[in-house]
Amino acid sequence: MTSPPSNSVRPASARSNAIETEGLVKRYGETTALAGLDLAVPPGSVWGLLGPNGAGKTTVIRILSTLLRPDAGHASICGVDVLRRPERVRALIGLTGQFAAVDEALTGFENLLLVARLLELPGRRARERAGELLERFGLAEAGGRLVRTYSGGMRRRLDVAASLVGTPAVLFLDEPTTGLDPRSRGDVWDLVRGLAAGGTTVLLTTQYLEEADQLSQGISVIDHGRVVETGTPAQLKAKVGRQTIELRPVERDRAGDVEEIVADVTGATAVRDREGGLVSAALPLGSRAGAVLAAVAARLETAGIEVAEIGVRLASLDEVFLALTGHDAPVEAAR
Amino acid sequence: MNPMRTARHSVTLAWRTIVKFRHTPDQLLDILLMPLTFVLTFVFLFGNAVSGDWHAYLRFVIPGIAIQALMFASLGSALALNTDLRDGVYDRFRSLPIARSAPLIGHILGDSVKYALSVVLVFAIGAALGFRFGGGVAAAVGAAGLMMAFALATCWIGVLIGVVARTAETVQALSMVLIFPLTFGSNVFVPTAKLPGWLQVWVRINPVTQVSDAVRSLTLGLPGAGSVPSSLAWSAGIVVVFAPLAVLAYRRRG
Repeated sequence: MTSPPSNSVRPASARSNAIETEGLVKRYGETTALAGLDLAVPPGSVWGLLGPNGAGKTTVIRILSTLLRPDAGHASICGVDVLRRPERVRALIGLTGQFAAVDEALTGFENLLLVARLLELPGRRARERAGELLERFGLAEAGGRLVRTYSGGMRRRLDVAASLVGTPAVLFLDEPTTGLDPRSRGDVWDLVRGLAAGGTTVLLTTQYLEEADQLSQGISVIDHGRVVETGTPAQLKAKVGRQTIELRPVERDRAGDVEEIVADVTGATAVRDREGGLVSAALPLGSRAGAVLAAVAARLETAGIEVAEIGVRLASLDEVFLALTGHDAPVEAAR
Repeated sequence: MNPMRTARHSVTLAWRTIVKFRHTPDQLLDILLMPLTFVLTFVFLFGNAVSGDWHAYLRFVIPGIAIQALMFASLGSALALNTDLRDGVYDRFRSLPIARSAPLIGHILGDSVKYALSVVLVFAIGAALGFRFGGGVAAAVGAAGLMMAFALATCWIGVLIGVVARTAETVQALSMVLIFPLTFGSNVFVPTAKLPGWLQVWVRINPVTQVSDAVRSLTLGLPGAGSVPSSLAWSAGIVVVFAPLAVLAYRRRG
């Protein structure tokens, strides 16, 4: 595979971006992990890198956090060149990798103290900072226990806390909720929102479309090492442009009839979800949602079918992903 | 990065290693049990056969076993480092504004506590069985310094293995391939003169032989201190070659 030339123009406001990459290329032997990736993240925002496994998300994070050198391209953090001044970049960033980078054989407090001392906070200030962060992340009570005894959610919180010891301007979170139960995932989400409210720029990778939708002001959809689309969640949905009609008959065995009616009215293919109770169809561009709804409702009435749910909504990010990349996001399988 | 800051970062990371010994002292068990087993096995099983008298063999073998214990302890370091590297903890260190070599130096500094412990233990067991220092305090301190210098040198080989190897099994295998010819292919257990001629060639070059000879002459108060400079030269040579290689491999590790 060869890398096509980057077709993006460097924005005039390059200096003001918290994170910027231009034409990043990284190959591992025959495999191209990044094929000319461009990114521009404004300061103070939560930005989502969304893509399936192997899309190149982690490679981007590793390059931006100075752990890996790209084969070609440029990257900068707050205007500082990542390749030329890595030591200055390290003072600006915090990294929470995909694998918890905390020491299991130390206590939570010692983990934070270690980072604080490495960042050369004076003795007492280092202890205070460790204590503050434990408090803030709900780990004050567990602080004296070895991390080995922590749950997955607690480790992840400690990991994020460790990456915040130096109050970084830019925080990288590589799949921060992978492998967490729904409740811990909610905790991490709250945490990310809190950070953004405090002015930290967060670059977040995820394969969970819902996560990017919930947290990010901007999303870059990545596929095969390249950004295939960039925008706000709403813009991405609007870009794909389609609305979806969804309805659920009270009696599941009428779903087939509903499917026929919907297909007939919209002129599109109607599908049933896996459980077979929810019928949906993408409205063709230019459809008037209200008119479609009214027509469907009238037909249902005539056929004597009672519905539990009926409505028109914007396409989900899953659908956006499918439309942008031409293949399914392998997300549902991963969950 | 200036040397003062590198030193500060390294000491902080050494602190991490030592705190871990305190939390989980059982990780010290292997390095403490191994020398005990070796001393007892060799002294009582082979002592009479090699030297005609196990007391005489004890004096001969204790300094060598101390050096072997050091080599095994540095194997343990290689393993611990390798695990650390795969855990993602080192990704954090590498993304912090600290000296690149600090995590490796800190690792070695912290583990030197383990090295010192294992040497003290071997000589303590030896003393309990009748080993006597014949060279005086200054010579014993000199011997200790010589051994630590050698341990701090050879552990860079361990660090290189730990950084390069992809799995813990590789670390084990590589370490064994190194340690066996170095320790058994030396005069640690059998005097050089009693070995076959072709083997003597290797045994005489072997740095472990040089260090054993030097430590023997210092602790027992024997002549033959000529091996002191050559063992120091070996330690220096090993650091000069392997420390930069290890740091380079560490930097390259994506």
